[in-house]
Amino acid sequence: MAQNNSEIRYLTPLSVDTQKKKYCRFKRSGIKYIDYKDPEFLKKFLNEQGKILPRRITGTSLKFQRRVAQAVKRARHLALLPYVTDLMK
Amino acid sequence: MNNYETVFILTPVLSDVQMKEAVEKFRDFLTANGCEMVNEETWGLRKLAYPIDKKSTGFYCLFEFKGEPTIVKKLETTFRRDERVIRFLTFRLDKYAVAYAEKRRNVRAQKAAEAAQAPAAQPESETPKQD
Repeated sequence: MAQNNSEIRYLTPLSVDTQKKKYCRFKRSGIKYIDYKDPEFLKKFLNEQGKILPRRITGTSLKFQRRVAQAVKRARHLALLPYVTDLMK
Repeated sequence: MNNYETVFILTPVLSDVQMKEAVEKFRDFLTANGCEMVNEETWGLRKLAYPIDKKSTGFYCLFEFKGEPTIVKKLETTFRRDERVIRFLTFRLDKYAVAYAEKRRNVRAQKAAEAAQAPAAQPESETPKQD
């Protein structure tokens, strides 16, 4: 089996480790408080349906992911952001 | 004493006078209960992201105040009793939020000051249109 695996050839070389390292934008730019009153900013952390994007996609640190989630939920309650939608962006 | 922030949405069916009256009512309620008003903003009539009580717009109002924790419950009770309020949110500001709110306040005050200066030149250009 191991020999079979080594015989696989690709026409184009695999792109491994070419993508940039993700980072937490709040840590990098020194933002301490995430404002729920700014729906345009919060939309960066939502997908098309208005769901909160996971950390593995946005790269946000755990601490700030919690705060983003808090801010998004506050904005939703005040009808600044929709709970469910289609084609938000 | 804690810092609190409250946002409430009034129904759009009210007239301007009724709107001001409602805002004044809550402000008086807070000051009467020993709270110190820090900031007050009205965002005006805004479109809601989803309908609330079959209404698609709402009149947003924001208060920042300092007060004892017991006031929050009282304030929310008055919000619930008032039919004009369709949505409200009250929460305590942590230290970062206080710093942010102060910065935001200063920026807004600056913008307001600039806007106040700008109309000084504008009325002259606007008067000919009225004739």
